[in-house]
Amino acid sequence: MTSLLSVRDLSISFSGDDGKVTALDKVSFDIPAGKTVCLVGESGCGKSVTAKALLRILDHHASIDQGAMLYHRADGDVMDLAQGSATSKAIKSVQGNEISMIYQEPMTALSPLYTIGNQITEVLHWHGSYSKDEARVRAIEVLGQVGLPNPEKRFDAYTFEMSGGMRQRAMIAMALVSNPRLLIADEPTTALDVTTQAIILDLMRDLQKQREMSMLFITHDLGVVADIADEVVIMYLGNVVERGTVDDILTNPQHPYTRGLLASLPGRQRGKLHTIQGTVPSLFDRPSGCAFQARCAQALPQCGVERPQLVDQPNGHGLRCFNPIAEQANDHTAVAEAPRQIDRGGQPILRLRNVAKHFPVRGGLFNRVKTHVKALNGVSLDLWQGETLGLVGESGCGKSTLGQTIMGLHSPSAGQITFAPHGTPTDLAGLSDKALRPHWKDLRMIFQDPNSSLNPRMTVFDIVAEVLRMGDDLTEKSAIEARVREIMTQVGFDPSFLKRYPHAFSGGQRQRIGIARALAPHPKLVIADESVSALDVSVQAQILNLMKELQEELGLTYIFISHDLSVVAHVGDRVAVMYAGRIVELGETAQVFDHPRHPYTEALIGAILEPTPRSRRDDDKLRLDGNVPDPLNLPPGCPFAPRCRYATEICNQTDPALTEMADGRSLACHFEDVVQGATVAVNQA
Amino acid sequence: MAHNADYDGQWRLIWRRFRKHKLGFAGLLVTAAIYLVAVFAEFLAPADPNAISPRNTYAPPQSLHFFVTDKEGNSSFQPHVLGYKTKIDYDSGRRTFEENPHKVIPVGFFVKGHDYKLLGLIPTERHLFGPVKSRDRIYLLGADRLGRDVLSRMIYGTRVSMSIGLVGVTLSLVLGVLLGGASGYFGGWVDLVVQRVIEFLQSLPSIPLWIGLAAAIPASTPPVQTYLLITVILSIIGWTGLARVVRGKFLSLKTEDFVKAARLDGCSVPRVLVRHMMPSFASHIIAVVTLAIPGMIVAETSLSFLGIGLQQPVVSWGVLLQEAQNIRAISTAPWLFWPGFMVVVAVLALNFLGDGLRDAADPYAT
Repeated sequence: MTSLLSVRDLSISFSGDDGKVTALDKVSFDIPAGKTVCLVGESGCGKSVTAKALLRILDHHASIDQGAMLYHRADGDVMDLAQGSATSKAIKSVQGNEISMIYQEPMTALSPLYTIGNQITEVLHWHGSYSKDEARVRAIEVLGQVGLPNPEKRFDAYTFEMSGGMRQRAMIAMALVSNPRLLIADEPTTALDVTTQAIILDLMRDLQKQREMSMLFITHDLGVVADIADEVVIMYLGNVVERGTVDDILTNPQHPYTRGLLASLPGRQRGKLHTIQGTVPSLFDRPSGCAFQARCAQALPQCGVERPQLVDQPNGHGLRCFNPIAEQANDHTAVAEAPRQIDRGGQPILRLRNVAKHFPVRGGLFNRVKTHVKALNGVSLDLWQGETLGLVGESGCGKSTLGQTIMGLHSPSAGQITFAPHGTPTDLAGLSDKALRPHWKDLRMIFQDPNSSLNPRMTVFDIVAEVLRMGDDLTEKSAIEARVREIMTQVGFDPSFLKRYPHAFSGGQRQRIGIARALAPHPKLVIADESVSALDVSVQAQILNLMKELQEELGLTYIFISHDLSVVAHVGDRVAVMYAGRIVELGETAQVFDHPRHPYTEALIGAILEPTPRSRRDDDKLRLDGNVPDPLNLPPGCPFAPRCRYATEICNQTDPALTEMADGRSLACHFEDVVQGATVAVNQA
Repeated sequence: MAHNADYDGQWRLIWRRFRKHKLGFAGLLVTAAIYLVAVFAEFLAPADPNAISPRNTYAPPQSLHFFVTDKEGNSSFQPHVLGYKTKIDYDSGRRTFEENPHKVIPVGFFVKGHDYKLLGLIPTERHLFGPVKSRDRIYLLGADRLGRDVLSRMIYGTRVSMSIGLVGVTLSLVLGVLLGGASGYFGGWVDLVVQRVIEFLQSLPSIPLWIGLAAAIPASTPPVQTYLLITVILSIIGWTGLARVVRGKFLSLKTEDFVKAARLDGCSVPRVLVRHMMPSFASHIIAVVTLAIPGMIVAETSLSFLGIGLQQPVVSWGVLLQEAQNIRAISTAPWLFWPGFMVVVAVLALNFLGDGLRDAADPYAT
C-alpha cells in the first residue's frame, strides 16, 4: 500500500509569554492513498495542531522545529511540506487545492456575507483557470454530489438560510471542489445532532470511496472512529501512543490510554465506568519519561524515567509503551447492573401537567406580539424520589427549556409544576423569584459549561458558599465553612484549594465545583442540563461515576438532560424522548432502548455510533433526514410526520396524544405497533 | 512558572497583564508624573504665575548654564541664567532682548520665593528651584505679554486642566452607570427612552452646544463656580458614551450562566448586581473612564481657547493658549505654545494608559 503522506518525527512548539512549550513531540504516521486515517485523542493532545501543520496554517507563534511531512504528488515527486516558507509558491499550490480541509463549525468557517456559490467558486478562481460560467457549473455539480437538494438554488443561498447539516454539506462541497487528493476533516460532525452526524458520516465515506481520495479525520469520539476509519492514530500530549488498523485498535487495544478511552465510554450497562484518573496535563507540565505515566494504572518505575519508543509490531500495529495490555479488552462489556428499584407507589416528587412555554415574538411599530415560539407544548410527566429521568432529543426539541421552566427561570405559559420534596405539594408555576427562593434549596441545577457557570472573579469557596449564605439554615460563618468543606470532600475536590479562583482548574475540576454548588444546600431534585457534554471522554466518565455515587449516598433525584443517547442510556432509570416541545415516548431505559415504539426514538437509537468496527456489525442503520420543525411554525397533525417513514394520512391531520401503553410506557403515536417489526429486524440483522 | 497565579484575584491578574503592555505602562508613568505636578504645583513653580513684570514682556527663554568664570579665569560650579540687555525699538514699539554675559543670576534648589500653602495646609515659601535671590526673575520657557513666567503658569495650569478631566469624568461616570445600568437591566421602554436620549445628545454638534451653554454663564460668576459649571456642561455629552458601554456589558453579562446560578442561589436583585455582576465590569469601566479623560481635557482647552470657558485669572492650559491666538504673538513669542505641547503629552499619555487598561481589563479572555 503506497502512502500519500508520511509524517516523520514532526515536532512543533509554541512560544508565548511564559516561554516555549512543545506541542508535538516527534509525531510519525502515514496516510495511505485512498484510506481514511482517524486521529484520536482528548483535547490538548495535538490533533488540530497536526492538521494545521499539514496545511501550513499554524498560528504565528507556532514553529516547526524538526521533522518532515513527505507528500507524494500525482507525478511521483516527493515534496516535504515542512520545508520552506508557509507562503511559498510550492506550499500554496498544494494548500487548499490538493489538500483541503473541513472545519468543525460551519457557521464560523463559512462567511455569512457571501453566498455559498461565491465561496465555492472562489476556490476555483484561486487555484484553477475556470471561467465564471464553468466555475458555476462545477460548483453546482459538487453541491449536488454532497447531497444538497436543489443545488442550483443553493448556489445563491447564504449560510443563515441553511440548517447545520446543510451548511456542513456546503463546506464539504467547498473542500471537494478542487478535487483534493487528501481531505482533512477536523471534528466535522461534533457540532451536529446524532441523526445528522450519521448522515454526514455516510456521505463522507461514500465520497471518499468514489473519489479514491485519502482522508485525515480528527475526532475525539470512538464511535465515529469505528464508523469511518480504516486506520487509527491515538495521540496523547503531542505523542503518537498507538496506531494500527481500526479493527486492531478497537478490538485489541494495547496502550493503557486507548484502553482507558474505550472503557470510559458510557454504554448501556449501568455499572461504574472504568475510567482514567486525572486529566490531560497542560503542555507546561509535561511529565518526564512516558507522557501518560501519571495517569496510568500500570506504570512501571521505568516509565517515570525513560520515554518509550514507538515500536511497530509485525502486523503494523505501532505502540509506545513499556507495559502494554496483552489480553483481549473485555472491560467494555462489564456486567450489566440490574435496574434499580424505585418506589413509584407514593406521591411523585415532581409532577408536570400540560406544561407549555410559548415565547412571544415582538415586532412592528409598537412592539406588538406578532406570534409565538412554541418551545414547550403540553408536557406531562411524574418523577419519583431517588430516580434518574433522562431527557433526550435533537437540539431545538425543548429539553433545556423544560429544565429551565421547571426551575422557574422561565415561567410557564400554561400547566402545573407540582413539587413535593417534603410531602406537601406546591405548584411552582408562575411564582415570583421571591416565592421560589425557599424551594430553590430543594431544587438545584448543574449547568452545562463549567467555564461560564462559575464567576471568574470569585474564589471557589465564595462560589459554593453563596447559596448557604443566602439560605436560612446556616447562619454561623464556621458552620457554612464546615458545610462547604464537607461537600467539597464529597465531590472529590481537595478543600485546601478553596481559596483559589476557578481559572486555576481544569474542566473536570470546575464541573466538580458546579456539582458541589448544586448539592451544598441538601437538595432533593437536581436538574443536570448537558452537564457532561463539554467534557473530555475520560473526564466525562469520572463525573458520571461521581454523580451516580452521590445519588446513592444522598438519595438524590436527577433529571438528566443530554443530546447524547449513550449518556442517557447509562444514567437514566427512565428515558423521556422529546420532539418539538413535547414528550413522544417515555419508559424504562432498557425497554425504550431495546424496543423503541415511537418512530423518532427508533431513528435516534439507529444513529448511535458504537465503538465496534464496521466489519463486525450490520450496516443497515436507519437514517433520519430533515430537521426539527421550526417552533414558530409547527406542522398540523403529528409534528414528526414530515420526517416519519411510517406516516399516513391521519398523521398529517391529527396530533396523537401521549397515552399510557399496556407495557407501562407512554407513547404519542397513532400506530402503537408500527415500529416493532422494524426494530426486531434491525436487531436480528 | 515562577509565580503561582492560582490564588490571584482579578486585580492582580489585570496588573500582571498591564505590566506587559509597554506603551500603556509608559502612559501610566507619564500620567502619574503629570498629576504629581498638578498636586505640587506651587512647590514646583519657580515664580508666582500672576506676578507681572512690564520690563520683561515677551522675554525669550533663558538657557541654563552651570559654570561661572570669574575675573581670574577660574571656573566654578554655579547653576545660573544670564540676565537680559533690553533695547526698545521705539518705531515698532517692541523690546528686543539679548543675554548679558555679565549679569549672572544664580539658580538653586529649595530656594525661598513667594509664599504659599503646601497642599493647601502647610505655609511655606520654599520652592524646588528658582533664583537664589527672591527679587531676581528667571524665564526658562520665556515670558508672556505681561512678563509672567510661562513655565510657572503652565505648571499651575496643569492643576486646573487635569482636574477638570477627572471631575468631569466622575460626573459622567455617575450619570453613565446609573442610566446605562437602568437601560441594560430593565430593558423595555426604559431602554428605549435612554437610548433615544443618548442618540439625540450625540447628534448635537458639541462645540456649538458648549458655546451656547457656556455663554449662558454670567460673566460675573466667581471662578470656582465657572469651573464647576464648565465640568457640568462637558459631562452633558460625556456620559452618553459611558452609558452605552455599561449597558452593553450588562446585556452580555445578564445571559451568563454564573448570573443565572447566582439567581438560583437565592440572591436578591441588588445582590446579583453588586456582588456578582459589578466586579466583572468594574475593570472595563476604569478603562473607558481613562479613555474619556483626554476628551474632557481637549474640550476644556478648546472652550477656554475660544474665550468662553475658564477666564483669567484662573490659569489652565486652554486659558494660556488664548495668548497664542494672534499671529503676531506667535511670530514674536513662539514659546507661548508650550501649554499646547503639554495638552498633547497629557492626552497621548492618558490614551496609551487607557488602551493598556482596556487590553488588560478582561484577564480571563484568551
